[in-house]
This record gives sequence, C-alpha cells and structure tokens, in this order.
Amino acid sequence: MTVGQFATIGEIRTALKSKAASAVELARDHLDRIALSELNSFVTVCEDDALAAAGEADRQIARQGQSGLLGVPIAHKDVFCTAGVRTTCGSRMLAEFVPPYDATVVTKLRDAGAIMLGKTNMDEFAMGSSNENSHFGSVSNPWDANRVPGGSSGGSAAAVAAGLVPAATATDTGGSIRQPAALCGISGLKPTYGRVSRYGMVAFASSLDQGGPMARSAEDLRVLLHHMEGHDPLDSTSADTGPTPHEADGIGLRIGIVREYGQDLDARLAATVDEAAAVFERLGHERLDISLPHTAYATAAYYVVASAEASTNLSRYDGVRYGHRAESPVDLDDLYARSRSEGFGAEVKRRILTGTYALSIGYYDAYYRKAQRLRRLVRQDFLDAFAAVDLILAPSTPSTAFEKGALLAPDETKDPTVMYEQDIYTVPVSLAGLPALSVPCGIVDGLPAGMQLIAPHFGEDRLLALAESFQRETDWHQRTPAS
Amino acid sequence: MSEWESVIGLEVHVQLKTRSKIFSGAPTAFGAPPNTQACTVDLALPGVLPVLNAEAVRMAIVFGLAVEGQIAERCRFDRKSYFYPDLPKGYQISQLDEPIVSGGHLDIEIDNGTTKRIHLTRAHLEEDAGKSLHEDYQGQTGIDLNRAGTPLLEVVSEPELASPEEACRYFRTMHTLVRTLGICDGNLNEGSMRCDANVSVRPRGSLVLGERTEIKNLNSFRFLDKALTFEIERQIDVLESGGTVERQTLLYDAERDETRPMRGKELSDDYRYFPDPDLLPVVVTESMLDEARATMPELPAAKRQRYVEQLGLTDYDARWLAADPGTAAYFDAAAAACGQPKAAANWVMGDVAAAVRREETAWTEVPVPATQLGKLIQRIDDGSISGKIAKSLFKTLWDDGGEVDELIESQGLKQVSDSDEIAAIVREVIDANPAQVAQVRSGKTRVLGYLVGQAMKASGGKANPRRVSELMREALSTDGS
Repeated sequence: MTVGQFATIGEIRTALKSKAASAVELARDHLDRIALSELNSFVTVCEDDALAAAGEADRQIARQGQSGLLGVPIAHKDVFCTAGVRTTCGSRMLAEFVPPYDATVVTKLRDAGAIMLGKTNMDEFAMGSSNENSHFGSVSNPWDANRVPGGSSGGSAAAVAAGLVPAATATDTGGSIRQPAALCGISGLKPTYGRVSRYGMVAFASSLDQGGPMARSAEDLRVLLHHMEGHDPLDSTSADTGPTPHEADGIGLRIGIVREYGQDLDARLAATVDEAAAVFERLGHERLDISLPHTAYATAAYYVVASAEASTNLSRYDGVRYGHRAESPVDLDDLYARSRSEGFGAEVKRRILTGTYALSIGYYDAYYRKAQRLRRLVRQDFLDAFAAVDLILAPSTPSTAFEKGALLAPDETKDPTVMYEQDIYTVPVSLAGLPALSVPCGIVDGLPAGMQLIAPHFGEDRLLALAESFQRETDWHQRTPAS
Repeated sequence: MSEWESVIGLEVHVQLKTRSKIFSGAPTAFGAPPNTQACTVDLALPGVLPVLNAEAVRMAIVFGLAVEGQIAERCRFDRKSYFYPDLPKGYQISQLDEPIVSGGHLDIEIDNGTTKRIHLTRAHLEEDAGKSLHEDYQGQTGIDLNRAGTPLLEVVSEPELASPEEACRYFRTMHTLVRTLGICDGNLNEGSMRCDANVSVRPRGSLVLGERTEIKNLNSFRFLDKALTFEIERQIDVLESGGTVERQTLLYDAERDETRPMRGKELSDDYRYFPDPDLLPVVVTESMLDEARATMPELPAAKRQRYVEQLGLTDYDARWLAADPGTAAYFDAAAAACGQPKAAANWVMGDVAAAVRREETAWTEVPVPATQLGKLIQRIDDGSISGKIAKSLFKTLWDDGGEVDELIESQGLKQVSDSDEIAAIVREVIDANPAQVAQVRSGKTRVLGYLVGQAMKASGGKANPRRVSELMREALSTDGS
C-alpha cells in the first residue's frame, strides 16, 4: 500500500492506474480507519456493498484501466437519498427510512466509478452550524475533539479532514459546506444554485439548497464537481448551462475585499485572509475594496426565507406514510402532533415554528415578503460589486472551531441567533445563489482558518482556477490534524 | 314570483386528461387498484421534486383561448398548506395570485333560446389530492393516492348565475366545452368534473349581495340542482324567520337531500400560501399560443350556428347534436358521407342514439362507421332499399359489421321497383284475397292498406312500397271497371 492516509483523489487515481493499490485495498483501508475513528462522523457504514463495488471496480480497471473516479472511495452526506441504504438526514423522523431511489448526485458519482463507503453525520435536516443537532450525536473536530466540526455537513468535513475518506458530498443552504470546511481545514465548494441537481437531496430550503463537494484540494473539488454537475430533468431548478469549463489560470484578476465583513471577525483570522490577499497580489492580481451595503440584513432575511420554505418542506413528515409514527394515536391530530413532536429535534421545531409564523396571514408582509425584498437587495449588492471586480475574497467564518456546547441553545433560556451568527459571511452568498468555495488559509492557535472565494453566477471555473493557484503557492491545504 | 332572488357563482374543477400527472410521470388512468399509480413524487418521499407537465399547460391555454380569457405571459405556482392524510406533501401546489387564465366568459342558453353571458374570474392549474377510504376498513382509514397529483383546471365564475337552472346550464355548457376541446373526458361519475357552489340570497332587486355559503364537491348536474335548490330554500327560511345566514362551508348529503356544515378536511383559517421554490415561473410564449390556436377545434356555439345556418337543421336538432363532441363528430362524418344533413341528423338522433343508449356505447366507439351510415342513407335516397330494410340493415351493421352495398347484395335486400315484378305480386295477392278485394271495391278503402301490406310481405319487404301501392290501386280500379 503506497497511498497515504491523506492522499488526494489525484494521488489515489495515480496509484490505481499504476496498480500500486487496488480499489479493494483502498476501500478496506479507509473502512478500517472509519471503524477505528471516534469522531462519530458516520451514521451508516456500507462495508459489504463498498467492498463488492470496489471488487467490481478492480475488475473494470484490469479490463480498461482507471478513468473518472473509478475505485475512488467517497462518502455521502446523509441528506442524499441512497437506494436500499437508510437515509436519516440526522433525524429521528427518518432514523429507519430506506429510500427506494438514489439522488441524482449519488447516481452520477456511482456512474463515475466512485465507491460509497457510507453516509455521514449531519445536523438534523441540515439545520445547524455545529453538527450538534443530530439525532445520532455530535461529531468531533479532528483537530480538537472538544470542538465542533461546524455544520450542517460536519460529518463529511470531519471525515475528510481525518483522512477517513479523500472526498465527500455535502450540501450548503446558508454555509453548510463552507463553514465546516473552514473549521476542519479542508476545501469545500458550494456551486451556483442550479449547478448540481437537488433531486433526491432531502429538502431544507428549496431556493437555497445546493449540493457540492468537500475534498483536500481545489483540484479535487474540480474533479468532483465535474461528476456531480449538470442539468437534471427531475429538478426544474437545475440549470442547463453545460459543464464547467477548464479555464486557464487567470492573471490580473480584480479581487474584491468586502468592507462590511471586518466587524465581527477575529483579528487573527482576519490576518490570515489578509495574508492570502497578499499571495494573490504576488500572483499578479489586483486587490480592490468593495462594499456590500445590505450585508447587515442578510442573516435575518436568510432565517425567515429558509425557515418559511422549511416549514412546508417538512410538512410531509406526518407519520402517515413513512418515517417516525407515534404509538397508539387517539385520533388524527394526535397522530400528527405526537409523531412530529417526537420525530423532530429542538432546532428543527424552532425553524418550523418560525417559518409557519412568517407565512401566516397578518405576518406575511412583515416577514416573508420583506425578507424576499432584502434578498433581492443582497443579490443586487453582489451584482453591482461584480461590475468592478472579478472575484470576492472573504473570511469563511467569524472564528475558528468553537467548543461543543458553547453556542448551543437547547431550550428557550439561550439565544439561538448566537449560533446563526456563524453564517454571517456565507449566508449573503447563498441568498444571491452565487458559487463560493472555502479553502484553508492559515492556522490560528492550532486550529485551521478558512477563506472564501466568491464568483459571479456559474463562475466556478474562475473560482477553482484561483484556488488552485493559491494552493500551488501555499501548503495550508496540506496541513492535517495528525501532522 | 318569490320576493327573494339567488346569486350563484361556481368553481368548476376540470380534471385535465393528460396521460401523466401534473408534477410527476405517474399515469392518471381511473380505476386502478389503490396506490398503484402513485410514484415517489405523488407519495411525497423525501428529496423528490415536482416537474411541471407541459401538456397540462397547453390544455389550460386552449381553455383560456376558447373562453376568450387573458393568458398570462408569466404565471407561477404556490404552496397551499394544510394537513390531511390524502395530501402527502402537507401542501397542495396551486396558483394563488398569478393564475394562468384571467377573465373570459361562457355563454349559456337560457329559456326561449336566448343566451346569457357568464363572466369568468379566472382559471388556474393545481394538483388534485388523493382519496380517503373510510368504508372498507373498520376503525381505520385507507388512503389511495392514485388521484394525488392529477391535473386540475379550476374555473371560477363571477357570481352571475341567478338560479339553480342557470347554474346547471352553466355546468353543462362547461362540460360540453371541455370535452369539445379534448382537455377533459367529462366522466362525472369518475369525478372528472366537480364543482363548488357559492350561493347567497337577497331581496329581489337589491344590489347588495347577501352573506354566502359554499357547497363543496358536487359531482353531478342533478346534485348541483338539488343542493342549490335546498340551500336557497334554507337561506330564505333563515332570513324570513329573522335570522342571519352564516358564512360557512357545506357538504351536500344526497341521501338526505340536504346541506350541512363541513368539518375538518381542507378547512383552515390560513393556508400560508407562498411561491413554490421547487418550480420555475411558467412563461407562455407566442409560439405556444399559436400552437394552441392552430389545434383549436370548432367550439360548440359555432357548431350549433353552422348546423342551423349551413345545414338547415332545426335549432333543437343543432343543440342536441352539438351538446356532445362525440355525437357531433359522428354526425359531421355521416352527413359529409351522404350529403344529406337532415337525414343524417334523423338517423343519429334516432336509431344510432337509441343503440348507443341501449348498448351503453361511447359515441367515439359506435361500431358502425359514420361513413357506412352515410352510405345507408344514400341507398335509401336512391331507392335501393326501403327505410324499413335500412333499419334492420343498421342493426346488422351494429351487431356484425360489414359493408352496406355488400350486405344489400349478399342478403338480396335490394328494393324491387320493377313494375312487372311488382305487378305479378299484386296479381297474386288479389287472387288470394277475394273477400278483401271485394271490400275495397265496395268502397272500404281502409282495406287497401291490408292488401298492400300482404304484397310487401310477399316481396320479403323488398318491394318499393310506393310502387306497390300505386300498382295495387291501379289493378283494383282496372279490374273493377
């Protein structure tokens, strides 16, 4: 076995091509690490299926060589439906749910030859920024087990950071790919809304949800995106724009620094982003200050819109057809009330209530309609900014990984919006539907720091090219918790 | 005349006859075993998404053009939230404030043949819910989601219908229209068209609307009539006894012939409508409109007018034939085949309609091709066969099929008009019935009919009856002189 624990997809493909490693060996090796791991990053491990698929991959490699992701082990966030493999979405509601269909992302990655090792832990229904809202328990950050990995894709981020898989799928509604990627010191891409099909991805907020990859380098993100993206007739909101082109490394790009993003930022984190900006300047890019004036309203608007959509998306979990069902209901209302009260956790209930309230007669104008108006303003901010710059550089999070329990609001005695502030730099991008990625840009007190690169709609090629050039100049993405 | 008048508006739910559902690929066919036509989207499994059926949009456009409404260039779908077991998502996808069709009108015929224009408020697309089955499961409720996601066009009228009769006439006119347009099969007993009726009463001549009630889910012309009649009477009783009508939603109980307040289902104070983020806005392009215009069939009113003005049919016949698109199509084909619209109308409304009723056949599945009926009519006209033979031949065609001319030939049905041949038969009959001949000659001309009948019988029905009658008279008068 010549493949290291923290090998990239590129290195794994090389090893498979040269027969230095077999797909079965790789799967076995990673499955063993998953079994020994105490991070709680997996909800379900598919050992038998994975080894069988890896065996088949080896036979294919023997016949026609390695191509695509053939033989590359990956994990799926447990928000993606997998036929025959339970898909819990981190919820008691779906603890026993086995879908009869695959999400389009799952199908595409399987078709590309990737081997699914299992399903990763997450905040319930993707609602959370710490992975502490999972029915299956919290996930530890591989850099410090007392700290959170971020959320909601905390399981995928921790698994990649710990070397349990080289890559994993994730979803981002308000920051759920970028924030955990930053807190775990890995690379994560939230594509443009519509770039990746949402079919089979359990819905949280339909106008914001977007699937994307997590990996150890921008180069790997590009490979994964290539196998995840594309128009899907099963998702009306998926874009028909053709594949992401492979853009040559741009020189002389104008990179915007957002004036409004400085305020709540940890000074040491700010310094790492500043350093990164200097790297870009050395690479021949220009640095410009820009303003996104409606930034201050973004988080509030986001929580109204996302919760409103979620309140209806989660109405289907009623205990009637599938999912958790209360014992011996006395009547229909009792069945509904108890199935949902028992099946959903505190944060999910909070958002259903918030969203229901925001859509109610008499409150719709004050909340939902106003939030939509703000959303348009936030989006316009970005469109205006992109008239002057090609890309935006921003921090991914206001702080590095925080301690478990620090921001949690398990009951009404604590303020849930403290946790929501984790998303201040990621949420505006989500509201605007823009593509953004987070890559490591430093270490602060032994914990990784991440920075965001944000591009105009469908500008993933430019994002990835710039991130790749940054990773050729720096080695932050190669730092691992073990090293 | 009553001192009260009623004001009625109807919301008609027209089930569009697309092959698959409005937001999924599951089939819409009626009568399948429970839950065999519900796919993951209809079951609202996690992560599945609606995809709009373009055919449903096309049908809504066709309807909008037919009623001369405004087709929105851009419209959208909204989520209407409420909990009920036959609504799997916990919300219905409908259109709240951007319906695909706004305005338009439907002209209904009222007594004495005049028409009344009923204005439409709007028509919007939405999905149907499933069905709760309470009968077969003791203490439990069965859920059948076959119907969940079936496309509906909800057509809302202005409150311009003045009586249960007008409401029924409107419902029937709508029924004829949507079937003529080919967008609904019109099978009321399968729930393909249902309506909700909003009704209020007020002192005759008053300009202020009274408080209204809504009667839900009426699925036949008769129930609509009976429910409205009952409800109008009830409201008048309430008002005359000094009470006030309460705004409420009612169900019509056909067994007891009464309306009563609805409980539970689909009742909410707040449906929390908002735009469905899973669906893009619908954009109706000029080419979509052109395509719909190009495929627009002749509308019932135009058809009636053509029948009267160009084919010379009576108003009654024209209305009868145009009321059902299948009947009209059959009639059109038969009339074209024989070139004799009046005769074709008589046949279609007579023997064909009788057989259709007796055999419970759809007009589109009448076993006698309209071209064969046309041929039959031509053969009567050119004297080849008698009307009586034609009737029995029609029955043969219905039961066993075949071609008119071949059957006439092979069964020897050709009418005998040859004078010598008929004269010979007449002679035989005169010789065989001396008593009757004597009666005729003594002036009892009634008996002539008997002798003609005998001659017809002797010819096996094939003799031309007019010729038999002529020759019989001739023979008797000659012999008698």
